[in-house]
Amino acid sequence: MSLPDAEHLLVVLADQIRPRVGADTALVGLHTGGVWLAQRLHALLGLMQPAGSLDVSFYRDDYAKRGLARDTRSSSLPFEVEGRHLILVDDVLHTGRTVRAALNELFDYGRPLRVELAVLVDRGGRELPVAPTYCAATLDLPPGQRVKLAQDGDTLSLRLTGS
Amino acid sequence: MKIHIKGGHLIDPAQDIDAPTDLYIAAGKVVALGDAPDGFHANRVLDATGRIVAPGLIDLCARLREPGLEYRATLESEMAAAVAGGITSLACPPDTDPVLDEPGLVEMLKHRARMLNLAHVYPHGALTMGLKGQRLTEMGELFDAGCIAFSQANVPVADTQVLFRAMQYAATFGYTVWLQPTDLHLSSDGVAHEGEVAARLGLTGIPILAETLAIGQMLQLARATGCRLHLARISSRAGLMLIDQARLDGLKVSCDVAIHSLHLCDVDIGYFDPQCRTIPPLRAQFDREALRAALADGRIDALCSDHTPVDDDAKQVPFAEAEPGTTGLELLLPLTLSWAREMHLPLPLALARITSDAARVLGLDAGHLRIGSAADVCIFDPDAPVMISRATLRSQGRNTPFIGRELLGKVCATLVSGQVVYETPANDKTAR
Amino acid sequence: MARNPQLNRHGELQHLLTTEGLPRDVITRILDTAEPFTVVAEREVKKLPLLRGKSVFNLFFENSTRTRTTFEIAAKRLSADVINLNISTSSTNKGETLLDTVDNLAAMQADMFVVRHASSGAPYLIAQHLEATGRDHIHVINAGDGRHAHPTQGLLDMYTIRHYKRDFTQLSVAVVGDILHSRVARSQIHALTTLGVPDLRAIAPKTLLPADIDRLGCRVFHDMAEGLRGVDVVMMLRLQNERMQGSLLPSPQEYFKFFGLTQEKLALAKPDAIVLHPGPMNRGVEIDSAVADGRQAVILPQVTFGIAVRMAVMAMLGSVEA
Repeated sequence: MSLPDAEHLLVVLADQIRPRVGADTALVGLHTGGVWLAQRLHALLGLMQPAGSLDVSFYRDDYAKRGLARDTRSSSLPFEVEGRHLILVDDVLHTGRTVRAALNELFDYGRPLRVELAVLVDRGGRELPVAPTYCAATLDLPPGQRVKLAQDGDTLSLRLTGS
Repeated sequence: MKIHIKGGHLIDPAQDIDAPTDLYIAAGKVVALGDAPDGFHANRVLDATGRIVAPGLIDLCARLREPGLEYRATLESEMAAAVAGGITSLACPPDTDPVLDEPGLVEMLKHRARMLNLAHVYPHGALTMGLKGQRLTEMGELFDAGCIAFSQANVPVADTQVLFRAMQYAATFGYTVWLQPTDLHLSSDGVAHEGEVAARLGLTGIPILAETLAIGQMLQLARATGCRLHLARISSRAGLMLIDQARLDGLKVSCDVAIHSLHLCDVDIGYFDPQCRTIPPLRAQFDREALRAALADGRIDALCSDHTPVDDDAKQVPFAEAEPGTTGLELLLPLTLSWAREMHLPLPLALARITSDAARVLGLDAGHLRIGSAADVCIFDPDAPVMISRATLRSQGRNTPFIGRELLGKVCATLVSGQVVYETPANDKTAR
Repeated sequence: MARNPQLNRHGELQHLLTTEGLPRDVITRILDTAEPFTVVAEREVKKLPLLRGKSVFNLFFENSTRTRTTFEIAAKRLSADVINLNISTSSTNKGETLLDTVDNLAAMQADMFVVRHASSGAPYLIAQHLEATGRDHIHVINAGDGRHAHPTQGLLDMYTIRHYKRDFTQLSVAVVGDILHSRVARSQIHALTTLGVPDLRAIAPKTLLPADIDRLGCRVFHDMAEGLRGVDVVMMLRLQNERMQGSLLPSPQEYFKFFGLTQEKLALAKPDAIVLHPGPMNRGVEIDSAVADGRQAVILPQVTFGIAVRMAVMAMLGSVEA
């Protein structure tokens, strides 16, 4: 199947978010694709607050089964979380488990005023009651199939992986 | 009871026999070799076809744990282990509880051993009361009670004056003194050979110096007192060299080595295996090679099991806290055979170290099968495998690093004074 | 010889018993994993859910409040339940053996034992016993055994060195002091050689060096001026009180004069050399206060990194199947 152009979706997503942005809004990208997206969105939206990043490895619910990811990175939220409007940014929304882990981690930094979720692609297959606030495209993929964001130089693209 | 041991290959190092030879036994003694004496009618014929018939083995050091340490082992269990290992005579050190420092204790031990009617037991009396290195024992009385030599077991004498006098006194009567050469202070907290392994594992080392200093001192004391000295459990090449030199200088001294020192070295401690905790400690590999060679060329007179049964509770503790010692009675023959095989030594030479040579060290008329001598015999199959396992060891001590190893050399039958005291089930050749 | 008992069949870390024989990529992975944990300490909620519902037993057969506390903090930051047992004062006095104690605690559904013991090899005995009795899902962390090993200390020192110096393969490192009795020194030496340090030096009087220390990959020095010349890292060791005077050393004063780290001696090292000490320090015995509080000392960062490294070890063990 042909996948939509990620660069185009990025613009669509920025357009959705733009009207809701305030002085207190900060983006938080989820490793790895979400961090790339958050940086691009940050530039497109001209936000004041620097973008943060979360590596949710320590909060994953499959830690006991799969162990720690080999390349866990430090999370970084270069702003006060307390009372802030935060937008979690990820490339693909699937089961919803990553978002749950991210919410858990976020609240260990403080109590934000509002948390929203922006994703490039919603591919269905939810296992938790999670819905995106902003979503550039929906895809209907068979359960075994995975889609993820790739970065080649400055250009983002979507790729299919897995069976 | 008349026994005919038929079809076996007789090896008797003392008589230089290494040939297929039948053996005839009557009234507990060897009565003929080769052809049956006139009118000999055997009550029992032991078929030894394909097997070696040798003098019963003599072990220079086996702890039977009686009196006092019966939770570790009993005379019954250890004597059964001895004959299952082909051992027909054994010397036991005085480190029992109480120590063998009174004639009554020695008489009791001899009596108990005689009642069991298995191997012959030759106790060593304590050199000092309680092995404390302060007061001499009544060596004369102990000798009359049955002690064949005097020893400190593994306990060093701190006071040189006491050791000097003990050796003078023993020399007065012509008794042999057995000493395990270890300097008290240089070994006081030590648990392993001082070297790379101890450095890595963080175990307190016992330097080779602890052995060489003690040997040097003991040799000089022997020279000064005229006491006959036997150095027990030599562990190092440097120690051997001192003994060589003393012999060149004309001193009569004998020495032995423990069987585990021929096969293991400090590296075998691995990840803190408490079964490898011994006195003296397992030394470096080059020490082991030197010991193997010295035993082969006779610079070490004899080999012993240094049998020390230790219960599991005393071994299932961190290395430094573990009781030293290994069980050895049932390993002496197979481990001697593997040493011989690995060194390409003729079987008679190897067997001499645990028969005739050991008898010479003990001053016994034993360890041979001359006509008229006590019929102490070991019949074994040198090529049959024996699995060393907790289940098959008869000794109450299952403490050996050789558990789980398969060795070659299976005892088929043991005779003490013409009595079959051990045989493998049905002495069945198909069991091979 | 038996399989390295701290790795499982897949070569993963099953127990942490020593840094010796620990593959380089396992050490690197522990250090990498520790990095994100350092950030956790700066957050509002200093807790991660990784070991939620797990029980960590601190089995201290030898007292050490400081070490026990660091493990306790690390385990609690990972949301584990921590049970502290000072066994030196309880069961062994009643005749219970070490393995009896272990069996009892294992029956209380322990997931991890942090073991400190005065005898070298005690944590091995425990790990081997757990394996022999089919309970190898319980992980053992050595928190110091006799003179043998203190692997988390060794690893936190590696983390500290990497933090300041990045590349191990260009470094000169000196380990100074009572190496004979030091489990810390052994853990440092094995880790440093595995990580490829090309110039490793041991500086001590002969009475405080084990035999054959050179076989572990150290060059031996008995003179501080010679040994410290040009080094990037100085790793000081603690001198125990009972060893300061007797047959090993004549007096703490003489030890300080010849082997204590002063500014003058440190000046012989590279200008940007760092100074480590596992604590607690004996000021004026092995280290001068001017150095301990000076700009080259990284002794307090060591403590901070120590929590992260212990969290990393626990988190990695907690996700390994037997």
